[in-house]
Amino acid sequence: MIRFRHVTKAYARTGLALNDVSFHVSKGEFVFLTGPSGSGKSTILKLVFLEERPTIGDVKVSGVSTTTVRGRDVPRLRRKLGVIFQDFRLLEDRTVEANIAFALEVTGASRSAIGPKVSRLLSQVGLGSKATAMPREISGGEQQRVAIARALANDPTVLIADEPTGNLDERATRGIFQLLREINASGTAVLMATHDLELIRRAECRTLELNHGRLVFDSAERDATADAGR
Amino acid sequence: MMLAWREAILAFRRAPVLSVLSITTIAFSLFAFGLFGLVALNIRKALTQVEERVEIRAFVIDGTPVEVTSAALGDITAFPEVASANLVTPEQALVRARRELGEFSDVFEAGILPASIDVRLKEGHRDPATVQAVAGRVKNFEFVDDVRFGEEWVQKLYRIRNLATVAGVVLGLTFAAVAVIIIGSTIRMAVLARSREIRIMRLVGATDGFVRSPFLIEGALKGMLGGVLALLLTAATNSLIGRFVFSTEFFDGRLALAGVLAGALIGLLGSAVSVGRHLREM
Repeated sequence: MIRFRHVTKAYARTGLALNDVSFHVSKGEFVFLTGPSGSGKSTILKLVFLEERPTIGDVKVSGVSTTTVRGRDVPRLRRKLGVIFQDFRLLEDRTVEANIAFALEVTGASRSAIGPKVSRLLSQVGLGSKATAMPREISGGEQQRVAIARALANDPTVLIADEPTGNLDERATRGIFQLLREINASGTAVLMATHDLELIRRAECRTLELNHGRLVFDSAERDATADAGR
Repeated sequence: MMLAWREAILAFRRAPVLSVLSITTIAFSLFAFGLFGLVALNIRKALTQVEERVEIRAFVIDGTPVEVTSAALGDITAFPEVASANLVTPEQALVRARRELGEFSDVFEAGILPASIDVRLKEGHRDPATVQAVAGRVKNFEFVDDVRFGEEWVQKLYRIRNLATVAGVVLGLTFAAVAVIIIGSTIRMAVLARSREIRIMRLVGATDGFVRSPFLIEGALKGMLGGVLALLLTAATNSLIGRFVFSTEFFDGRLALAGVLAGALIGLLGSAVSVGRHLREM
């Protein structure tokens, strides 16, 4: 689903953001990406989402190499990915349902298809009664649910989450994480960057840890080594 | 495409103050250009009216038979540069001189003025060289005693016309450039104000074409509305000048439409450049 092969990303001003990073995320997997600030978590997500291209190495997402993909094909590839952020990134001047519908409108979906799908997505994220609310009228947790519904609008194969619970209280965090687990259970791979070590510990999912742009820990390798040792 | 139109119209409703400011800025930029255009149009009209008075007067030797001058009139009228040629008899010349000189009209007596052939030239053939060349050919007729065309006056008029043309082109281009820069900056500000929206559009997989379309429509609409407003302001100014100062000529329908369309085009291009640059920077 996502494959990084010896990926290095360097910026002209700030230098190396990632240094020879390799990993693979399979279909339907739930993977945490953790590490201190500036360790390269967001850079990995940007590379997956094609906001950046690797300086060296190759990134493959849903079978497409982001090293060779043409610029005009990027939007179509992005529709196969769902992405959510710490700051929700909702259109503040549109209702909840309009925010979700927007993700379908850009794909050219028909009006008759958009309405029912938005209703279904709102129900899925538990916001059936907030369809006509404006983003500022709902809580942070609810705004993140709207962002998740929008990310799911085009039935993505991968959901990328950049610190999705970073602005939320503990209760809202639990709710969002539960929702992400449900989405993952239905077959969508989730790659989630987070600082929340408590959340990682409780979830018992695969974890990738970055430090100074290097991948310093992959729990899948540890588990594989442990299995081989038994 | 319907979605692009909807988004463009919604953009007006979501940010009415910014939209009105943009349209007003565009309108005043085009108004300044329109006022310049109005001045240029009227100067050109005035110069054309003065130029129409460029005339070659060929004095006919006394006693020349009418048949000879009539035949010559046909020849002169056939010159490609000539618009008209008329024979003025001594009597007609006297009436004209008395009319033109007003209070000194009594200094002329009958028979003092010779007959003449007055030649008017076509538009585009009133420069000093052409006037001189035609005057030379007219002078070649045997019955012509002398030819006058106010050589110094024609040369001055020609210089003024050239100067007005050069000044018009330079000032026109300057005004147009200033209008384009101001309109471009206004649209760029409108695009920057919506950079978050553009980022989100791309986030959900919108193509650059999809992102661009509403901005292009919005830019063209703002430019067109600015153009209409500028036209109304120019017409109002023209009407005030006409009422209190002197009568001036206004743009004809085609020029007015061209002005409004130019506003729409500048708005469209300004948006295309601003959004294009913004998308590349993101």
